[in-house]
Amino acid sequence: MSLFQMFQYGFIQRATVAGSLIAVLCAILGVFLVLRRLSLIGDGLAHVTFGSVALALFANVPPLVVTLAALPLVMLASLGILKLMERAKIFGDAAVGIVASLGIAVGVLMTGLSGGFSVDLFSYLFGNILSVSREEVIIAAVLFLLIITAISLYYYELLAVTFDEELAQTSGINTKRINTLLVLLTSLIVVLAMKVAGIMLVSALIVLPAVTALQIATGFRTALILAAACALLSVVGGIIASFGLNIPAGATIIILNFGLFLLAFLGRRVVPRR
Amino acid sequence: MSVAVLAMEKLVCRYQGHEALTDVTLNVMAGDYVGIVGPNGSGKSTLIRSILGLQIPDSGQLLLFGVPLASFREWKRIGYLPQSMRHFNPAVPATVEEVIRLGLLPHKKFPRRVGGRSDTPAVQRALEALGIADIRRKLIGELSGGQQQRTLLARAIVGRPELLILDEPTTALDPETRERFYTLLGELHREEGTTIILVTHDTGSIGSMASRLVYLDRRIIFDGTLDDFCHSREMTAFFGEASQHLICHRH
Repeated sequence: MSLFQMFQYGFIQRATVAGSLIAVLCAILGVFLVLRRLSLIGDGLAHVTFGSVALALFANVPPLVVTLAALPLVMLASLGILKLMERAKIFGDAAVGIVASLGIAVGVLMTGLSGGFSVDLFSYLFGNILSVSREEVIIAAVLFLLIITAISLYYYELLAVTFDEELAQTSGINTKRINTLLVLLTSLIVVLAMKVAGIMLVSALIVLPAVTALQIATGFRTALILAAACALLSVVGGIIASFGLNIPAGATIIILNFGLFLLAFLGRRVVPRR
Repeated sequence: MSVAVLAMEKLVCRYQGHEALTDVTLNVMAGDYVGIVGPNGSGKSTLIRSILGLQIPDSGQLLLFGVPLASFREWKRIGYLPQSMRHFNPAVPATVEEVIRLGLLPHKKFPRRVGGRSDTPAVQRALEALGIADIRRKLIGELSGGQQQRTLLARAIVGRPELLILDEPTTALDPETRERFYTLLGELHREEGTTIILVTHDTGSIGSMASRLVYLDRRIIFDGTLDDFCHSREMTAFFGEASQHLICHRH
């Protein structure tokens, strides 16, 4: 089957569009998160999403709005991570660890108490990019516009805080507000991506394109563009490969992402940055 | 009557249970060049952090340009150069020019944009003043300590602040770069009228630059001109002749 024929299928089109939009958002936010040593926040919030979805199902929230119902809890969890870092003077990875383990514990507890759900809760763990619905594509497009607008409006503040938080503070930047914005945007994208991509892919899409771009970037803006390009390439390539070779799409996307990282890592050693 | 750039009265700061600053009263007027010296742990960095709002004092009053610190918003009037390589994240792939442009953020209103052409002349001026125009596209994390320090100073002065605060800026510099750095500070002070507060360990150089010396050891031990310092028997008794001579011999 040719590529042209492959992209005639509606589910391939939807997977490519939604996957690309989500991957680009994850990659761009990932650059900020990786540099702030919050690489695993995506993973942590995905675990919280799992717990929140289980809680919503336990409370008999209709399956169609389960993801939406999970959003406030995930946002609260992201703010909780920030507060733990600020107030309890805990490093980012430990704060993420606390919130993530709590999230997964709530999920397992709810599953146990309910005696199992009619909706496959575990689809949230692994996701299925090839089962994206038309509505999910629209939600992805709206959130893409929203998050890209927020990042472009606060681009220089985000850069300043990422470079040096205290120096940013002495420039009159409300660093707490910028940190809050960053984690809230992350929680939005994680919740959006969970059903589509699952915990495993969300975390990979946040970390891998960012670290690949940081290997070869010659400026901050370049890093964001390169990260987005890597994400896009791996999603499109991953979907094509998974369809052609009949292998799981999510895992293929991650392996392609890792391949790009390896190329960048080795390439930087052969051709140093100018 | 001109308003004090910095007015600090009976400031007390506690850090991990002990007083890092005790009843510090300090006024800095426009055009002053104040050198702050003192031993390790004497509260110099706490003093600077308090002025910049990075540490909230336990008691006392602090005014910046006549405005209480809590309600001070005109950060464009202040440039700050932190200790080299201590604060910033070297993994951030920001070019020298991107870092310098960030120094213009306090001048902007939402949405703050500092990448435009209208800001280029100011950035160019700062690049040239610091002699780093040729490395403008290099990543700051890949530069030497001296080049990083010059980039951060360019960031601090790009918005032409009225008050420049420098926290041990020469720690990472070789003697030659250090001399050039001090020369540039002198020019900013003389030609632009910039008020300077310089915290340093480099007591050997401070005497040739600052118009006023503050010796801090949790409280202010001495605050006056260098002449006063060098001819004060009290100070000789306090520091010993050798230490006093170290500060005064280049004056």
